[in-house]
Amino acid sequence: MHFSDFIIVFTASCIAITCALLGCFLVLRKMAMMGDAISHSVLPGIAIAYLLSNSRDSWVMLLGATAFGILTTLLIEQVHQRMRVQEDASIGLVFTAFFSIGVIIISAYAENIDLDQECVLYGEMVHLPLQSLYWGKQAIGPMAMYNAVVMLLLVLTAIVLAFRRLQVCTFDPGFAVSLGISVSVWHYLLMSLVSFTTVVSFEAVGAILVVAFLVVPSSAAFLLTQRLSHMLVLAALIALFSAVGGYYLAYWLDASIAGCMTCVAGLFFLVAFLSQRLLNKTIPLTKENTGTKAIGIN
Amino acid sequence: MITHVENPVVEVHDLTVSYHKKPVLWGVDFTLPQGALVGILGPNGAGKSTLIKTIMGLIPHSSGFSKLFGKELSEVRNRVSYVPQRESVDWDFPASAYDVVLMGRYGKLGLFNRPRKADKEMAMNCLEKVGMADFAHRQIAQLSGGQQQRVFLARALAQDADLYFMDEPFAGVDASTEAILMDILKSMVTRGKTVAVVHHDLQSVKEYFSWVLLLNMRLVASGKTEEVFQEELLQRTFGGKLTLLSKMSELVHKNEFPVRES
Repeated sequence: MHFSDFIIVFTASCIAITCALLGCFLVLRKMAMMGDAISHSVLPGIAIAYLLSNSRDSWVMLLGATAFGILTTLLIEQVHQRMRVQEDASIGLVFTAFFSIGVIIISAYAENIDLDQECVLYGEMVHLPLQSLYWGKQAIGPMAMYNAVVMLLLVLTAIVLAFRRLQVCTFDPGFAVSLGISVSVWHYLLMSLVSFTTVVSFEAVGAILVVAFLVVPSSAAFLLTQRLSHMLVLAALIALFSAVGGYYLAYWLDASIAGCMTCVAGLFFLVAFLSQRLLNKTIPLTKENTGTKAIGIN
Repeated sequence: MITHVENPVVEVHDLTVSYHKKPVLWGVDFTLPQGALVGILGPNGAGKSTLIKTIMGLIPHSSGFSKLFGKELSEVRNRVSYVPQRESVDWDFPASAYDVVLMGRYGKLGLFNRPRKADKEMAMNCLEKVGMADFAHRQIAQLSGGQQQRVFLARALAQDADLYFMDEPFAGVDASTEAILMDILKSMVTRGKTVAVVHHDLQSVKEYFSWVLLLNMRLVASGKTEEVFQEELLQRTFGGKLTLLSKMSELVHKNEFPVRES
């Protein structure tokens, strides 16, 4: 294995694990498509940051994109609450609006900006080791790898420290408020982490892989586990194996790395689904039959 | 007919709540005595849930105030417990009954503190009190509606509060579970706790509650059950629902014969 292979797999694994951990909370809050929304609505942020600073320095872009990511989550919540629009519709309204504004800005003012759509969607991980981070004049390794490691540590620390807060806010927000926990602060903190993660990762691995890592490993883990802590660990493991397995699949088939990683993650979900069916024949999968909601009302 | 008490545990003054500019509660004004088992009654949409959510700070109010133990809510949070409606949460959440009950201890834990041994023992004890110790490690989706409601009550017990607000704790619960829950509520009250319950079943009111609030956007009455639970006030609260009310008048008059065997 070449060093550059190792860098690609290692970076992708860090991103995969980060996304999977945050994805658990998104899936449980029924906001799985938040990552999709954010990865699109950061476009005007990138364009405006480019126009204002006139540089393609990735830190400036990152800042603009993260700011728009957070703005997106704020706006989605406000549209949902104040305009009485369903949450999913609100996500659709906000991110398409932002994305189109970004397209307009780029086509009107920044035609010469080098924004390859294919690259944004599918990512080009082969190029990942090329952009180096410099310490003084010395190149100390690819920038994307450092970004991914910092992000993973940040998200891990947040989840470990605030596990119980995030758990109670996700399961029973009304009860959390009655305990004096500021549910909206935790909501926006989580969404800021999602924005930051989405922006950092889609620059490295492409938007589709980010959405896949946010949703697929956590959904598979949800089927197989009965406690939140186990769900987080299992989702992280599935993400890790998807990243590594996907890389070798891509190597073997000589195909898109991001595509193969997504496929392997999808296979894991299928395996989770089938094994859950086989293991728990007594517990039907549909919500109507779990006996939770059905007994309640009638 | 509103009876006020000295040294109330709950004091609500001129409380008005609007939702999207439509008033849901209007000028609600009452006090509750310590050690009362309070039934909050009213038709659908009367604002019963809204009332306790507002007192617990989940919904903002447009005017008036509420005080608990003569203080602001933020000063006495650790003495107050809130039990939401069972349907308000997703029971497919990956947690065991024990995990949910342990959440009752989170209010007394600091932000980064882990639950100590005493907290864990308390959670187990509370599960035992509601008869759910055998189900402690079962995933909550695999519990029946009545068992889920018992888990919610156990979580409230784990808070070790002095005042409890419960939103329809008997909804979707079978008769035997309702009896178990009711025994626990009654024993809490005898230990000096105050319990206020949003309730739907008028038949059991006389048997269950020592104090009754009748609510229909405005407060119709608040007082001891025997003084407030009468035909004329019920008519003003539930208005128009004649078949129900004719049954009610029978109930009120023949109160010597309990309708529900316990």
